[in-house]
Amino acid sequence: MKQLSRFNITALALGLAFLYVPIVVLVIYSFNASRLVTVWGGWSLRWYVELFNDAAMLSAAAMSLRVAAVSATAATILGTLAAVALTRGESFRGRTLFSGMLYAPLVMPEVITGLSLLLLFVAVNAERGFWTVTIAHTTLTMCFVAVVVQSRLGSLDRSLEEAAMDLGCDPLRAFLKVTLPLILPSVMAGWMLAFTLSMDDLVIASFTTGPGSTTLPIRIYSEVRLGVKPEINAICTLIIGSITLVIIAASLVSKLSSRQGESAAPL
Amino acid sequence: MSGRHLFTAPARKAAIAPFLWMLLFFLLPFGFVLKISLSQTVIAQPPYLPVFDPAQGMAALKAAFAALSLENFRLLASDHLYVMSYLRSVAVALISTAILLAVGYPVAYGMSRLPARWQPIAMILVIVPFWTSFLIRVYAWINILQHDGILNKTLLALHVVSAPIVWLSTDTAMYIGIVYSYLPFMILPLYATLAKIDPALLEASADLGGSRLTTFWLVTFPLSLPGVGAGALLCFIPIVGEFVIPDLLAGSNSPMIGQTVWLEFFTNRDWPVASALAVVLLVLLLAPLLVYERMQRRQLEGRR
Repeated sequence: MKQLSRFNITALALGLAFLYVPIVVLVIYSFNASRLVTVWGGWSLRWYVELFNDAAMLSAAAMSLRVAAVSATAATILGTLAAVALTRGESFRGRTLFSGMLYAPLVMPEVITGLSLLLLFVAVNAERGFWTVTIAHTTLTMCFVAVVVQSRLGSLDRSLEEAAMDLGCDPLRAFLKVTLPLILPSVMAGWMLAFTLSMDDLVIASFTTGPGSTTLPIRIYSEVRLGVKPEINAICTLIIGSITLVIIAASLVSKLSSRQGESAAPL
Repeated sequence: MSGRHLFTAPARKAAIAPFLWMLLFFLLPFGFVLKISLSQTVIAQPPYLPVFDPAQGMAALKAAFAALSLENFRLLASDHLYVMSYLRSVAVALISTAILLAVGYPVAYGMSRLPARWQPIAMILVIVPFWTSFLIRVYAWINILQHDGILNKTLLALHVVSAPIVWLSTDTAMYIGIVYSYLPFMILPLYATLAKIDPALLEASADLGGSRLTTFWLVTFPLSLPGVGAGALLCFIPIVGEFVIPDLLAGSNSPMIGQTVWLEFFTNRDWPVASALAVVLLVLLLAPLLVYERMQRRQLEGRR
């Protein structure tokens, strides 16, 4: 009974167009030669050249990349551990509190998370900058990693690691040799999700950063508030381009691993 | 002897590090928000009183506790501006969630009716914008909606309007931005439940004489309600506290609560009032948060 009515096709096409047209417009206008963002002056790379001469923007980008790399790695380790405990640990004391603390940040408004972390950092007199933003991003993104890895672990056949242990592996070896290779695609997907979420975050970073440590979204935000600028279109296009490359690479990796008899969703 | 029991105990140990991390960096900070919401504003660094100093001993700690007061909460309840800000946030979130359902449901339904080999591709197409920066997606709409942007140009060229319409700094622009940003969060849970519906049920309904519309309302829609609930909560809760979208797209006359917290904190440097605002917002969101948390747990841990 699976037939495609005209209504279904129209809904899908309109929905996808709504999602993609704004991004396409932004990308096209980043190649506009004219300084007036609304007048088309022919194709040009001039805003990309200007971007690479913008020292403040470049240092903000470097800061964001460093925060994202460190926090995504920490979040992947912590999130994977949390997922293992929740799917394999059966019941343990504090389990409800634990899963509650992991799921709440997924939807918690960022102003609350950001404000509460800042007040903690101020109370312990921590110097605000790279490390405070990294800790804040680790806290947020490890919850996303935990959910991604948990849904994979939940569908994994437990008899595999049980067999490894019946054959004499200790639990750690059974995990490293059997479980981890099987969940690796979702662990990697978790890392990439954590990385992009960290690169993207404005609100939590604004609360937890200090003077002199501006991240890319904070920098972009302060420019965007003043209106549309072609340089901003250019930096946005670069970000969109790199994310698209990462997603293509990710789906290729998951396709390769699915050829080895394994399924992996990008999310 | 089965390996299952041997694996369970070390798996529990895996919880220790993430558990301590979340206690320290997620739960404990709320204690500080609560404490500072009961403090007074001063012009100092940090800008609030009393400051707990454990070095001064128990007596000083007691005195500090005595200095805590509900003054900030009294201010929130009595000031029209704050109350309006909360009401507006909830109203905006409700309206946005309703629009998101109306837009997202047909798309998710269309996806679930696609041939099986097309469905993963459609899913990736919905997910990709979700991976793209939030800020960039809002900025993309500023490009389109500005005074001489592409939308006004198109409308003028088609002679739909005779003069450019002011889109930016209006509620319309804000709703467009919210619906655009949160659409994947609505589509994905809806699609997940719609795709799971057994086609045999739809055939049975058709065999028993149900028209396609009847089948939809009596079979498909009720079965998709868990997805509707998940999508609605996934959108509603963060939208109530949304800051970026209203700040960049809506007018400045009636701020949402996320903007008010931001303003009190960064512009007025009134940390105690910002904290009190956050505490009230959290209490407001507690019920939907708990429902959402239960749903997540059932979905992720139910199939053990």
